[in-house]
Amino acid sequence: MRSTAERSLLDCLRIELGLTGTKYGCGEGDCGACSVLVDGQVVRSCQVRARELRGRSVVTIEGLARDGLTAIQQAFLEAGSFQCGFCTPGMVVGATALLARTRRPSDDEIRAALDGHLCRCCGYGRILTAVRRAADLLEQGRGSGP
Amino acid sequence: MASGPEEPYRLLGGRIPYVEGPLKVTGRAEYTDDIQRPGQLVGRLLRSPWAHARLRAIDTRAARALPGVLAVLTGERYPVPFGVLPITHDETALAVGKTRYQGDIVAAVAAVDELTAERALALIKVDVEPLEEYPDPQTGLGKVAEPIHARGLAGTNVQKEVVQQFGDVDAAFARAAHTVRVRGTFSGVTHAFTEPLVTVAEATPDGRLTVWSATQVPHYLHRTLSEVLGLPMHRIRVIKPEVGGGFGGKSDPLPHEIVCAALALETGRPVKMLLDREDVFLTNHGRHPTQNDLRVATDAEGKILAYDLSAVIDGGAWSSFGTVTTYYNGVLAMGPYRVPNFRYRGRRVYTTKPPSGAMRAHGGTNVRYTVEVALDRLAEEIGIDPFELRSRNALPPHSTTVNEFRITSTSFVACLDAARAKSGWDGKFRQLPYGRGVGLGCGFYISGSNSPIHFTPKMPQSTVHLKVDMDGGIAVHSMQADIGQGSNTLLAAIVAEVLGVDLERVHVQRVDSDVSPVDLGSYSSRVTFMMGNAARSAALDLRAKLLEGASRLLGLPAEELRVAHERVERAADPSRGVSFLEAVHAAMEETGALSASGSFQTKPLGGKFKGARAGTAPAYSFAAYVAEVEVDTDTGEYRVPKVWAAFDCGRPLNRLAVEGQIEGSVHMGLGQVLGESMNYRGSRLLNPSLLEYKIPTPQQMPEVEILLVGEDDPAGPFGAKEAGEGPLIAILPAVANALHDAIGCRFTELPITPDRVLRALDQRTKEGRRWKGN
Repeated sequence: MRSTAERSLLDCLRIELGLTGTKYGCGEGDCGACSVLVDGQVVRSCQVRARELRGRSVVTIEGLARDGLTAIQQAFLEAGSFQCGFCTPGMVVGATALLARTRRPSDDEIRAALDGHLCRCCGYGRILTAVRRAADLLEQGRGSGP
Repeated sequence: MASGPEEPYRLLGGRIPYVEGPLKVTGRAEYTDDIQRPGQLVGRLLRSPWAHARLRAIDTRAARALPGVLAVLTGERYPVPFGVLPITHDETALAVGKTRYQGDIVAAVAAVDELTAERALALIKVDVEPLEEYPDPQTGLGKVAEPIHARGLAGTNVQKEVVQQFGDVDAAFARAAHTVRVRGTFSGVTHAFTEPLVTVAEATPDGRLTVWSATQVPHYLHRTLSEVLGLPMHRIRVIKPEVGGGFGGKSDPLPHEIVCAALALETGRPVKMLLDREDVFLTNHGRHPTQNDLRVATDAEGKILAYDLSAVIDGGAWSSFGTVTTYYNGVLAMGPYRVPNFRYRGRRVYTTKPPSGAMRAHGGTNVRYTVEVALDRLAEEIGIDPFELRSRNALPPHSTTVNEFRITSTSFVACLDAARAKSGWDGKFRQLPYGRGVGLGCGFYISGSNSPIHFTPKMPQSTVHLKVDMDGGIAVHSMQADIGQGSNTLLAAIVAEVLGVDLERVHVQRVDSDVSPVDLGSYSSRVTFMMGNAARSAALDLRAKLLEGASRLLGLPAEELRVAHERVERAADPSRGVSFLEAVHAAMEETGALSASGSFQTKPLGGKFKGARAGTAPAYSFAAYVAEVEVDTDTGEYRVPKVWAAFDCGRPLNRLAVEGQIEGSVHMGLGQVLGESMNYRGSRLLNPSLLEYKIPTPQQMPEVEILLVGEDDPAGPFGAKEAGEGPLIAILPAVANALHDAIGCRFTELPITPDRVLRALDQRTKEGRRWKGN
């Protein structure tokens, strides 16, 4: 991060850098749609100022997949874990952080990790399915990521 | 009718991943807020802090003088009234003369950046005369000092009164063996879609206006912009990017959309109007707060003799869909059971609160809850199983209701049977230990409103255009609005199915009024049924052209040919055939690119009485759900570990999408039971945030076992009916009735919060009623 902007990391990403994959859902840290990884940790980008992150590494949804889809994205696609797709980038980021620190999360751990990510379309069941499937794929060495 | 593809279908009926899925999981799908035009300005709204006030003067001079401000608007500039229903145009883009709720738009600015826009708003001085507030619809039933709208009924705040009677209700009650009375009281709930409301508008020197908006009904937005801004429709271009959920909340043409377009016209520059979450809550148009007073009469065996229903419906500041709501809240009690006598009085009342409107399962949710809780009580009093009571009263296939709804396909009894068997009901009901229980809730819903809102009888409700050029890709145009339900995928799949091609050949184009033929959009669960039929018809037309082309290449009559996977071949001798691309090129020789069109229009339905069209639909979906609950009787908290959802949507065309609609409906319906509520102090909304308005989290979601039991509907595309709204209705009463089975308390007020559970338990103890030995 090199920005000195007073504005939020979210606005910096979306408006200054044109990285629109990270979404503005509420601006209050309640919905999780703006989640990004800062040094590997999930951060609500609407809640931090860009300049506070000088010298730190920020990864957005655009930065997760360098070559095709990650295992998590592949699993979301196959399980149909989205409808409108607006919460999906944040969910994928949240799931990525979870699988990076816990290779085999239990259902309770998945629910707890995604508790701050609101989805109004799909009722979460398929998101759990996708995270489980992604863990399988990664264990079998099929798919990149987390 | 031309025959379609033969069963088994290659794609339809399977699990078809969303065509735009790869874009959505990578953040590459483009939503309205992702659009950034060169020189784009920021639009901001000044909302009224007064619930009800006469506007004496608005001084915008200081705001206009602020450097970086390019336009300031107030209500007088575009005062043409509008509203989603042509008969109730009572809204204006900005408040004219007075404000009607805390959140009414008083002024708007366009400026070079957010800070300048906010500073400009702070400089606007508004002089008002506060008026009496009317947050309570009961007050508005009688004459009031200052009616919220001049068009209210005779000096009251009543926006719409519906009075209907079919059969002889009093005689039915006089001979009834059992009667029950339930008052259902419902808080307002809101859609809480994840994508906030947002619009981008750009006026260009060629005299045209382009509007990108998060809308689920682009056509009605298009009409409304034309009416209010005074531009002919052909000079306005409406584009719908991806939409982040709607659930009814993006179906009205909304004031901020018009204001954004007006600011673009005023400034000659692109303007983005992104509403923050509080503004989204204040815009509302969610489910109406409602009080339903219902009496039900049955004979000794539990056959329903009559419903007597009256309702007071809190409309908030504007009409919105309210006239339809007022009808629906009555007539959507008319299934899935035979009700031979019915009386209804419904009154929708303006209040000085955020406007209510259409929300998923519009008009059918609160009344269904009231009916299903009443039937559960009746079953208990009569001493028969709740399933038995329902099946004794089920509307048969190909029947007519007392208010002249035409019922065609119904697998309601199959829904009941599946839910009963799979849930293990007979070993659970009244047999689980104290604190645990199961409950049944049922429902039905329209599969598309038979009458479009703008009634132009000669025009189809849906049109689909197809174009194939020499590249062999099939471009599909239609104004149907995918807001996440998967209609783009279904549209592509129907075309691919009929033409025998791979899904990746079919490219559904973004909704763009310049090139998309009119489809009325995503409301009333109409898209699969109406767009599906239009798409099928267009694809059959295109297929006929391909067969003609192949016929010339093969030297065989077209009648002997059929499409197979990516090819056209002789039915009797499949070795004689040509590839799809060869057939396309042959068919193009005379005309160039191939195009085809298909449309769907409903046939008139319903009786001759006033309001007879409300609730008529070309088909209906049916549902029977069982919910299991576990109550912590010390804290009043409860969870719903499992739901069995039996649903009749005819033939499910994309199981992935249908099941997703059911799971999502359970989530949303459960929210209204567990705790979602628009809370007010007087006229003031207390919880306009996703922190304080709590939608269910992953921790609260049950396991949902989906049981699709429908048979082919005779008029639905490939036998399909709706699955977008009907799946929501049954979960609410299923949970309430399960709570009764668990702890012996009836809940007639939503949401059922833990404190209400504790109060109900206290009340039961006071009454000395024991339940399951406790």
